[in-house]
Amino acid sequence: MILPPLAVGQRIDGFELEQHVHRGGMASLWRVSRPDLSFAAVMKVPSIQDDPTSIVGFEVEQMIMPLLSGPHVPRFVAAGGFEAQPYIVMEYIEGPSLRAKLDQAPLPAAEVAAIGTAVAEALHDLHQQHVIHLDLKPGNILLRPGGQMVLIDYGLARHEKLPDLLAEEFRLPLGTGPYISPEQVLRVRDDPRSDLFALGAVLYHLATGQRAFGTPTSVAGLRKRLYHAPAPPRAVNPDCPPWLQEVILHCLEPDPEQRYGSAAQVAFDLAQPRTVALTARSDLTGPAPLAEQLRRWLRSLGAVPERRNVSQQLMRAPIVLAAVDLSQEWEALADALRAAARRVLQSEPYARLACVSVLKTNRIGLDTPTDEAGRNLHVQRLVQLQHWARSLALPPNRVTYHVLEAPDPAVAIVDYARANRVDHIVIGSRASSGLRRYLGSVSTRVVAEAPCSVTVVKVPREETLGAAVSA
Amino acid sequence: MTIALMTDIHSNREAFEACLAHAAEHGAEQFVFLGDFVGYGADPEWVLDTLIDHVARGAIALLGNHDAAALGTLPGRLNAGAQYCIEWTRPRLNAAHVDFLSQLPLSAEDGPCLYVHANGWDPAGFEYVFSSSEAGRSMRVASARITFCGHMHEPMLYHMGLTQRVETFSPIPGSPIPLSAARRWLALPGSVGQPRDGNPAACYAMFDELTSLLTYWRVPYDHEQAARKVLEAGLPPHLATLLVTGGAQ
Repeated sequence: MILPPLAVGQRIDGFELEQHVHRGGMASLWRVSRPDLSFAAVMKVPSIQDDPTSIVGFEVEQMIMPLLSGPHVPRFVAAGGFEAQPYIVMEYIEGPSLRAKLDQAPLPAAEVAAIGTAVAEALHDLHQQHVIHLDLKPGNILLRPGGQMVLIDYGLARHEKLPDLLAEEFRLPLGTGPYISPEQVLRVRDDPRSDLFALGAVLYHLATGQRAFGTPTSVAGLRKRLYHAPAPPRAVNPDCPPWLQEVILHCLEPDPEQRYGSAAQVAFDLAQPRTVALTARSDLTGPAPLAEQLRRWLRSLGAVPERRNVSQQLMRAPIVLAAVDLSQEWEALADALRAAARRVLQSEPYARLACVSVLKTNRIGLDTPTDEAGRNLHVQRLVQLQHWARSLALPPNRVTYHVLEAPDPAVAIVDYARANRVDHIVIGSRASSGLRRYLGSVSTRVVAEAPCSVTVVKVPREETLGAAVSA
Repeated sequence: MTIALMTDIHSNREAFEACLAHAAEHGAEQFVFLGDFVGYGADPEWVLDTLIDHVARGAIALLGNHDAAALGTLPGRLNAGAQYCIEWTRPRLNAAHVDFLSQLPLSAEDGPCLYVHANGWDPAGFEYVFSSSEAGRSMRVASARITFCGHMHEPMLYHMGLTQRVETFSPIPGSPIPLSAARRWLALPGSVGQPRDGNPAACYAMFDELTSLLTYWRVPYDHEQAARKVLEAGLPPHLATLLVTGGAQ
């Protein structure tokens, strides 16, 4: 299909073309206006109109974009079909894209972590909308003025509830050489953890100034990442701290089952480096021993990836928050709370538990950081939290401990849950007293305001005892 | 315009009633019934009366092979169980029912859509769209962009792009699918009155012409009651079992 070239001032379906802002391999971008639009808009027009991959990719983007919403995707405005002039009109995101940051790499660890957290948040939002990006790379990650990341270009994306127009049609792996995941090389297109691999490759580049896997173009070159691990980031840039190497290599595991369970879990670690559980990954100083490489290579020969869709994967990898109150009167409740947390964690193999305790501070004035015995209250709480969770026997990479200092425990718990994309809160509640009913208990307020499901744990006997006392 | 597509109702009043109520709740403005209104179930009279009423108000209805068998115009024969049901059905039909069935067309076209009971290449032959190869055969001869077929009792969606490769998709109930104008589509809504994919809930689909969104639905209904009526009517007992299990092995 040959279409006449577009020109400034031309009108397409009510949109006026104002300026040609970008010419890419697959598409051109035009700034457009329409009187009723309250925001800047851009029209994306496919530039090659006889290449099946780019046509189907455009179709995929037209299919998926109208279904997406939120701050991490450009707002969809309109689309035009192939019967006339094909186009997509969407919100114009000026950027810059992350590509600009690559020239400055290696970046300080704190900056890499901040960027990584924001990108992981955007990815998690996308995954929760049943979409896997499958072509995450610096050029497709744009920064909003507010600091949020916007993911663009859904031409290779997959919506788990829609037909995959790209699945069988094309025999070659679909993705971008430096960032494509091993399972995409094997033509699997339904695992959200493929995006975590690409995120790992982006973070690797930002932290080291080098590409983890070079820029392969052949299928054989792409396949190499099934068995060949990149040089550990610390071997390239000694300034990269062990926790950052841990996170990056955790994302870059060739087997998706060995990666993080969700983008929210990556964001969780990057936002709280001190809580990252260091494993052998953080210690690596050079390439894997030959024997290990050989073992991986042999495994890659017959690799048949496991199939799991987006919702199933997110369900397997929730972040569970246990709000633990360790004051004396809560002892009975602490046991019940642990039993409830165990039940929630048992069924989900990739679930992570964040044990949170709130240290109440005064609203006004300074708080003394130590109690009478001179022990640091904060540390004391941490130790108690660890003690509380010990019998859950969770591996270190599945549990973290957080003492929040805040005047209002309910607000602190809800804010923490929102900021860390917690999926489920488990919280205790004491038997109701007249005063608490009047003031509203912490658990009641958490239930009312939480952004996720909340399990409220009670000790049934407590009520009976209370009744006995009052009688 | 939002079009409800219902097919293979097979004299199942409970399932049909539940689907009609569901479609009304979800804003259906037009109805297309893709055939096989009788056979298998115990309520041919109610089902046909309801269809006659809908067609009088502008609905499209097509002839299925079971309907042709009831009229005695089907060239071949149905299998023994199905044939028994047709023999049982015939004396229950009044003149209006017979008149209605005998005027049903084999296919209809409206805008981008072709409606047909069995397939697009030979509607009168009643061959099945079992897989992507028959779906491709049908899509290639149809001039319409979207074909809606009954006859197969399992919901399915086939599509074909520029490369002419036919892809198969198992639709997820309740998730709207945009039918891109750049390809051809063949949609099987699945059976209202006798689902056979292991789920007893009734199947139908809804298509929004304006947005080109197709949504498949599963509607739970009192299948125990429908099965009981099949047994009480003296129809083959395995047909009652089929309603309860949804065809699960």
